[in-house]
Amino acid sequence: MGIEIRGVNKNFGDFVALQDIDLSIPSGQLTALLGPSGGGKSTLLRIIAGLESSDSGTIEIEGVDATGVPAQKRNVGFVFQHYAAFKHMTVAKNVAFGLEIRKKPKDEVKRRVDELLKLVHLEQFSHRLPAQLSGGQRQRMALARALAIEPSVLLLDEPFGALDAKVRKELRDWLRRLHDEVHVTTVFVTHDQEEALEVSDSLVVINEGRIEQIGTPDDLYDRPASDFVLSFLGPVTTLGDRLIRPHDIDITRYEHAATASGRITRWTRVGFEIRLEVTPDDALRPDPVQVVVTKAEATALQLHEGDLVWLRPRVGADAVSR
Amino acid sequence: MASRAAQPRTPGTYVRRLIVVGYLFLLIVWPVSLVVVKTFDGGLGNIQGALSDPEVVFALQLTVYVAVWAVAINTVFGVGISLLLVRYEFPGRRVLSALIDLPLSVSPVVVGLALLLAYAGTDGLFGPTLESAGLQVAFAPAGIILATAFVSLPLVIRELVPVLQEIGTEQEQAAKSLGAGPVQTFRRITLPSIKWALVYGVVLSLARSLGEFGAVKVISGNIAQQTQTATLVVEEKYQDFEQGTAYATSFLLALIAVAALVVVTILRPKDDTDGD
Ligand SMILES: Nc1ncnc2c1ncn2[C@@H]1O[C@H](COP(=O)(O)OP(=O)(O)OP(=O)(O)O)[C@@H](O)[C@H]1O
Ligand SMILES: [Mg+2]
Repeated sequence: MGIEIRGVNKNFGDFVALQDIDLSIPSGQLTALLGPSGGGKSTLLRIIAGLESSDSGTIEIEGVDATGVPAQKRNVGFVFQHYAAFKHMTVAKNVAFGLEIRKKPKDEVKRRVDELLKLVHLEQFSHRLPAQLSGGQRQRMALARALAIEPSVLLLDEPFGALDAKVRKELRDWLRRLHDEVHVTTVFVTHDQEEALEVSDSLVVINEGRIEQIGTPDDLYDRPASDFVLSFLGPVTTLGDRLIRPHDIDITRYEHAATASGRITRWTRVGFEIRLEVTPDDALRPDPVQVVVTKAEATALQLHEGDLVWLRPRVGADAVSR
Repeated sequence: MASRAAQPRTPGTYVRRLIVVGYLFLLIVWPVSLVVVKTFDGGLGNIQGALSDPEVVFALQLTVYVAVWAVAINTVFGVGISLLLVRYEFPGRRVLSALIDLPLSVSPVVVGLALLLAYAGTDGLFGPTLESAGLQVAFAPAGIILATAFVSLPLVIRELVPVLQEIGTEQEQAAKSLGAGPVQTFRRITLPSIKWALVYGVVLSLARSLGEFGAVKVISGNIAQQTQTATLVVEEKYQDFEQGTAYATSFLLALIAVAALVVVTILRPKDDTDGD
């Protein structure tokens, strides 16, 4: 159930956009597709929606084979990055569109539109045109419009990508709460790892047209399957011969059995964090190591720029499972 | 808009304006106003004279009939070809796009001649076939409609293409995902978005259709009360020393075209130049 994707391939000319994608997206969950730009996230989402056709493979939505079904018959709600608002229609008309296409009776349409506008907190804007809304409001309208058709699955392509950081954060919390209320199988694309980790029930990391890893946010963060996943889900640095997160490095001014030692060559304070760069003495590995400590830790350890320090991984540091 | 208003006005600004206004006056306003002046030289006499001349009345009716048909054809094909050019990738797309401009760059006389070669009743390429099927093209209203549509087609397409490019396909895709079929998507999403560009293109093409001369003269044969359109009547009357009738007919022709443009300019929403 949910969405079953089997053996999907997609080429644009001789460019491989998606390669052998197998993916089960469970019913009722909020799944994030995460990956770098150009990785194929939108293409996969558009293939699920029927807005793009795959070269091979099958798509099943809620147990029904949808592979050859045109987009307008798939009953999939799609929210576009740039809203795709119907500019010549009012907010209420936009939301009503799918219902009017389905020839629902007028009073039912009106009731449903009112309900949805309330859900997305746009009741007082129902008579405005999209041009008279802010970006965040437009995106909520687009979401209401997609929800109006009671879609079997809801697909969102970087829904908050065009919004500023604060609105983005608000909307993502709101999307999470909305999903807890509505419970429709939801897939959303993002290239913001924080957004993906915070909001989703499960995460799919896509890179260069392939799936790198599938799992819960904790799985992926704690047990990344590859260096790519590790580095994509947060900052990393190289200590000795392994990738590690800068906050997972133990730093002291006292000599002990360490992986590396060297002087603090850079000191950047960002809010409560201090980002250090330690240049190892080791002539074989001269690349600076990034270390992050809190202001309090730095004070307790009496660290200063130019100090000679010893570094080693903290116990329980995230690592690629090999 | 704000940047336009914020520009400081220097003497240079006024000099430039004067040159532009003077140029437009000498080129358009003054000569056209002379037609009006000449028309009403002796009060309403010229107009009344023209409207009681059966040749003129017939020609005006034929012109409107032809223009309406040509515009109807251009609307349908203009929208179709524009969608084809903007929304689909196919071999020969660039060639087609260049061909669209051909009627604007080739002399209408050549267009008329070409149509004659293809559709003339006895020795044209398709002419005899069509004639035996009961449709006479050359020296008949059908041919005039064809020539007029040919000459004014680019006006609709050149208005629509940039607007279609600008609105993009996202709204259409959204409509599709909400369950709308191709016809519903066109009617409810695409058409309202290109509405004003289409109206404007149609009016331009109407104005052009009313005024077409060269292509029509060649294909129509210029037979009075049969295939003579208003512009042809103007020429004939002028050469036959019936200047008053010629001016009056010209004036009526210009009046219809200008009226159409004015109506559209008034109707068109001010803050909204491309119909979205
Ligand atoms: N219509 C198309 N024609 C040719 N190439 C395309 C087309 N659509 C996508 N691509 C290519 O396929 C690749 C994957 O594109 P896609 O839009 O799926 O990436 P994405 O993961 O969504 O990236 P982003 O995060 O930047 O949106 C890109 O390299 C893109 O250039
Ligand atoms: Mg994308």
